Amino acid sequence: MIKTRTAVELSAHDLHFNAERLFEAGYTLAAITAHDDDDELRVVYSFIIGPPDECHELIVRVSKDDPTLPSLSDLSFPASRFEREIHDFFGIVPVGHRFLRPLALHQHWPVDWRALRHDSGPMPPMRDDAAPYPFVEVQGSGVYEIPVGPIHAGLIEPGHFRFSVVGETILKMTARLWYVHRGIERLFEGTAPAQGLMIAERISGDTAVGHSLAFVMALEDAMGIEVQVESKVVRALLLELERLYNHVGDIGAMCNDVGFGVAQARAMIIREGLLRLNESVTGHRLLRGSIGLGTSHVRRLPSSEELDQVAQELDDLVGLALSNTVLVDRFEGTAVLHADDARQLGTLGPAARASGCGVDARAAHGFVESPAFRLLVQSRGDVMARFIQRVEEARMSISMIQDFLRRVDRLSHESRERVDPSREGLGIVEGWRGMIVHRVEIDVSGALSRCHVVDPSFHNWPAVAVSLADTIVPDFPLANKSFNLSYAGNDL
Amino acid sequence: MILAATSLVYSIGTSLLQLVLLTLGAPVLLGVMDKLRARAEGRRGASVLQPLRDIRKLMSKQRLRAHFSSAVLPVAPIVLLVATVVAIAIAPLASTQPLLAPSADIYVIVYLLLTGSIALALAGLDAGTAFGGMGSSRAMTISALAEPALLVAVLALSIQAGTSNVPTIISRTLANPTMLSSPTRLLALVAILIVVIAETGRIPVDNPSTHLELTMIHEAMILEYSGADLGLVSIASAMRLGLLFALVANLFVPWGIATDTSIGGLAMGVVWLAVKTSVIGVGVSFMEVHRAKLRLFRVPELLAGGFVLSILAVVTGLVTR
Repeated sequence: MIKTRTAVELSAHDLHFNAERLFEAGYTLAAITAHDDDDELRVVYSFIIGPPDECHELIVRVSKDDPTLPSLSDLSFPASRFEREIHDFFGIVPVGHRFLRPLALHQHWPVDWRALRHDSGPMPPMRDDAAPYPFVEVQGSGVYEIPVGPIHAGLIEPGHFRFSVVGETILKMTARLWYVHRGIERLFEGTAPAQGLMIAERISGDTAVGHSLAFVMALEDAMGIEVQVESKVVRALLLELERLYNHVGDIGAMCNDVGFGVAQARAMIIREGLLRLNESVTGHRLLRGSIGLGTSHVRRLPSSEELDQVAQELDDLVGLALSNTVLVDRFEGTAVLHADDARQLGTLGPAARASGCGVDARAAHGFVESPAFRLLVQSRGDVMARFIQRVEEARMSISMIQDFLRRVDRLSHESRERVDPSREGLGIVEGWRGMIVHRVEIDVSGALSRCHVVDPSFHNWPAVAVSLADTIVPDFPLANKSFNLSYAGNDL
Repeated sequence: MILAATSLVYSIGTSLLQLVLLTLGAPVLLGVMDKLRARAEGRRGASVLQPLRDIRKLMSKQRLRAHFSSAVLPVAPIVLLVATVVAIAIAPLASTQPLLAPSADIYVIVYLLLTGSIALALAGLDAGTAFGGMGSSRAMTISALAEPALLVAVLALSIQAGTSNVPTIISRTLANPTMLSSPTRLLALVAILIVVIAETGRIPVDNPSTHLELTMIHEAMILEYSGADLGLVSIASAMRLGLLFALVANLFVPWGIATDTSIGGLAMGVVWLAVKTSVIGVGVSFMEVHRAKLRLFRVPELLAGGFVLSILAVVTGLVTR
């Protein structure tokens, strides 16, 4: 729950000036959320800063007849993407936007049908106009294009990548995503909170805790539910368990992408152990079903010794990987994401921290403090930095879990204590890929009227493309794996 | 006359035997290498017969050919297979006297194998897909760098033995085993091993088990193949690998190969061939498990290293002659 939340209503005219002042004061734009209030549209700009944890919201109302807003795209790259998103789903035009192409919607979507507007009616049939996607074509002698996907050879989610290449060197890569757009935000509308939680938990299979926690925290904020401290500790513990098993999986997958199968096999053994641990703790290998509205419930707690053993196995694995000189050569200097680029793109999570940006919602918007937590950063921004970042974060997660274990006595916690409900709330959680933001609103009957989901992958996909400049084509899978972004979380 | 007829029968028999042995044995060798890798990774792994079963399965499946592909696509696997079969038939693997042994010049064998590579590279380009072209471009880059290293290394062997005929090199080595411990032979061995790893698409040059299209070399070239076409490419690639391993084995550990025309000698030759080739396969597999795949732009450095070693082999060969 956000500690300090303020909101001001502005006219469209004042928006740009106020947003600029907030950016200058160091605020981050967590989300731009549009709402259909039936007689008009309302756009909420959620700016956050921390510590101490603070949220300042700018609210602008626009008429349905002429839905225009001044664009913030000159101030912030993430803002420009949020604006394209609300243009897709609400038809709100950001005036002055320099690149107002559909973001989420593929070309066969019915033009002018705005999925999240209440008056949009049933969806017209999709039509494929057979026009090619307007990829920017790089011209010059010897430049050729490699199209990859959306169907890939391995067990990967769908996404199309278009490489413009000279020889083996990548000049430009454009990722075309949103093949798994499921209309998640519309699914939330009108559902009861418990049902919404089921959806949130399934937004991205590997981030069940991250998304369900962000959702629940947003809802608790909206409903005025105070959660007990010990319950928060259990939630933080589950969040670190999720980070741990995913980071271990990524460490192995990165080794596998340079053909070092033994390290991958060892990582999979550790990961399987962790998944079984998850099952014994929550009853589900992917940690589903432990977090509820105002509640947390686990079957048992992991023992400190179990985690010591994982730490030992992890150290052995990392030693094995880093003693392989070919692997080190492949990792070092590959796909560098510079700190400046990371900052401007609004990159989040381990990818940003590996490039020297100290963004971590556990530090800025943490709900539980732990002496084991430190803000870890690397400086080089290459594949090796992202590898080491994951290793160190996984180690830190183990220490944090061991710290949390000492602070929990009971397995079940429930809180129904209510203070004045504001009917709208923001949930911010540092998931294993980065900061997850959910902004929810509930109507008088208690059902969800809107839930806006921002997965860190939404912000990090552009960083993958930027990091590929001067990388060679056969290093792309490794570079991509070092970010390991979610398609489902991005596409929603 | 009778003697000539007997030796002809023996030669034909030897060649056929070598062919059967490599057709069945090379996929099993691949199976053994896969099995070792699986064990090293803590898996049980498929049976060593799995590659053989896969090829049998592919041979009975439908061929699907890409739109806009030309006759190159169906012809290339046949060229690859025929070139490999001829090379296997004339190479001294189980015995120094297979069919056409006098023609079994080392350059003939090298260029027969290269013919197959070129056929595959053309097939990669044929369908006009990005991956195929990428694979062909990479394979030709590597071949262009591997070939000089191989030819110079082979030259070193010829200088030392005084001939470029492989059966003669092997029999002279058997007669004078000190040749094996000479710097010429050892340097050439390392150079040839590097080239063999590159040409057979093993780690650290290529990863035969990857599913990542963008990193592939050999696999990218054959992405358009399916069914029986793919079966032909698979069996020919396996036989090529078997042939290269067997040649390396015989050039550097010649003992066990049949030099007379007795049936017993030939039988022993077969057993020793299997043992020696397997040992090389196990060694390559061991290295694959413990190394990772090189960055594509490092592969030329590796091959350049091979080239330097082969030059050194020639120099020491000329100096110590």
